Amino acid sequence: MAATARDLSKVESVIQLKDVNKWFGQFHVLTDINLDVKEGEKIVICGPSGSGKSTLIRCINRLEEHQRGDIIVHGVTLSNDVKNIEAIRREVGMVFQSFNLFPHLTILDNLTLAPIWVKKTPKKEAEEIAMSLLNRVRIPEQALKYPGQLSGGQQQRVAIARALCMRPKIMLFDEPTSALDPEMVKEVLDVMIELAREGMTMICVTHEMGFARAVADRVIFMDRGEIVEQNEPEEFFANPRNERTKLFLGQILHNH
Amino acid sequence: MTDIMPVGERQPIAPPVDETGPLGWARKNLFSSWGNGITTIVLIGAVGWILAWFLDWALFTANFTASTGAECRGSGACWALIREKYRYIFFGSFPYEQHWRPLFAVIAMLAMLVMSADRRMWNWRLLVIWGVGSFVTFLLMFGQIHIPLSLILFVAVVGGAIGLTLRSALAAANERAAYYALIGIGIVGLALRIAGVLPKWSIAIAPLSYVETSLWGGLPVTLILATYGLAFAFPYGILLALGRRSNLPLIKGLCVGFIELIRGVPLISLLIMASVMLPLFLPSGTTIDKFLRAQVAVILFAGAYIAEVIRGGLQSLPKGQFEAADAMGLNYLQKTLLIILPQALRVVIPPLINTFIGFFKDTSLVLIIGIFDFLNTANQALVDPNWAGFPGEVYLFAAFVYFIFCFSMSRYSKYLEVELNKGTRR
Repeated sequence: MAATARDLSKVESVIQLKDVNKWFGQFHVLTDINLDVKEGEKIVICGPSGSGKSTLIRCINRLEEHQRGDIIVHGVTLSNDVKNIEAIRREVGMVFQSFNLFPHLTILDNLTLAPIWVKKTPKKEAEEIAMSLLNRVRIPEQALKYPGQLSGGQQQRVAIARALCMRPKIMLFDEPTSALDPEMVKEVLDVMIELAREGMTMICVTHEMGFARAVADRVIFMDRGEIVEQNEPEEFFANPRNERTKLFLGQILHNH
Repeated sequence: MTDIMPVGERQPIAPPVDETGPLGWARKNLFSSWGNGITTIVLIGAVGWILAWFLDWALFTANFTASTGAECRGSGACWALIREKYRYIFFGSFPYEQHWRPLFAVIAMLAMLVMSADRRMWNWRLLVIWGVGSFVTFLLMFGQIHIPLSLILFVAVVGGAIGLTLRSALAAANERAAYYALIGIGIVGLALRIAGVLPKWSIAIAPLSYVETSLWGGLPVTLILATYGLAFAFPYGILLALGRRSNLPLIKGLCVGFIELIRGVPLISLLIMASVMLPLFLPSGTTIDKFLRAQVAVILFAGAYIAEVIRGGLQSLPKGQFEAADAMGLNYLQKTLLIILPQALRVVIPPLINTFIGFFKDTSLVLIIGIFDFLNTANQALVDPNWAGFPGEVYLFAAFVYFIFCFSMSRYSKYLEVELNKGTRR
């Protein structure tokens, strides 16, 4: 298993969250979050809905603004500086629950857009990169179609390839399989597992416990805006310590 | 296991047939009951009777050749009036022997519009088409064009700035240097011009006799007001709509204020303000052409309406589209131009063309401030005492010309919807 293969304590941190707090109006959505992510580490975040797990990863690329504490990504502290934010977003890829492909562009254009405009990659080179990534997610034949013509699973694989086109150092997954029909979950998870095995740093909000067992170095359980418990997957599933974790695991594993 | 028929071996079953040819269709839709049948017959009879009466009036008993209104009396439609007056209706008070000029101006504008309707032209070609088309149109209408030095310098600055913003991502180093050079030359030149170092100099292109705007009239006036009104109001409306959704309170406030203010007053009052009140505020000695003032009023008015239509499109986009663009590291300009506007504008094609059609007709309100647009020249054609008493013919003719333009726009809207949604339909 990836977790045991190397000693993570000697590896550099790529994401650091220090006492991060966030409110939506009066609602305290994140409370004193502390998190250190090492290079190459794969983290799975789970928890009941409304526990703040999506908000947490959306703070990392500043889709949400935190109000207190520090978030440091690749040595850059997130602030309102637009240049900093854009620099971090170039390094951090994100995959959304609802795919968010651009429906007016072909699959290929979806993939090459950011490399061409943000990284100023020549068009031809960007298209080569895009095609190799489409090959990797096993749908090169769909390159000239529009997102609306693809199935959910295919769209999500395109979304992963689109994020990878920017050659990110970190990938954030926000419930990538929650909007999929059951028979399509596996094709997306397979792509994600492959990516994990190649050493990508990943933070993944998901309830796919099989995925967590297969690739995660650490599973984090969040509830009511706090990190309640975190552990290696084997330990996490076998011996949950907190009552809330036990209750949650009891509920979701019951369905699997 | 129960036996399940393998997929693919089942015989396909055709859907039930309930419409057999035109007769079946008519039976189902027109004569499905006694009540329906009677309604159909009565309506067909009524339409036929009205049509017969109209054709009799408009064609069979119509007078095409009379030389005065008196000769027309007693017969059907007096189309002789149109035959007598059509040149005034189309071109107004433009010098009679020069009527070929507004005619070719109209042709140039129509060619420009038809060419820019083609989606394949939506790139740098559009600039060329509009540049050449506008130049030809106004050269024909004015007869002489003076391009002042300051305008050339101003265009250099604006052109350089646009090039720099739009092509910042793709331009090579020497192309970018050229934009900087343009801006630099423009700014230095303008400064020298204002300081009086450079003389008041202009390029004169004067192949024809000068005809001032107060003599313009008829179809070219309507077309110019509508074409340039909407061509400027469209980008302006986009900016207003984006501004209204801005996070910056000052910009948002200005845009909301402007939109609400303009939408809250009738176009007529805006036109009268532009024609009567604006000159009072200008320093004495400076005049702005009345036609130009009306044109600006139309642009401001149309811009506010277009902004609200486009805002509807912006709001219809799911939040995920904005987030996906943000997460990729696109900046605001890239996100807006590449992701948001292409989708938002597609959604609002029908209401947008609806607004365009409305404005095409609303340009006729400029008759209030004494500009002779097409409807106004048609109206003036009735004043001739020799031809008194045939308003129906003239207005019907004017309505027919308006209808051709508006119906074309409506059809174009339909084409555009289909064309732009190719492949993207689910």
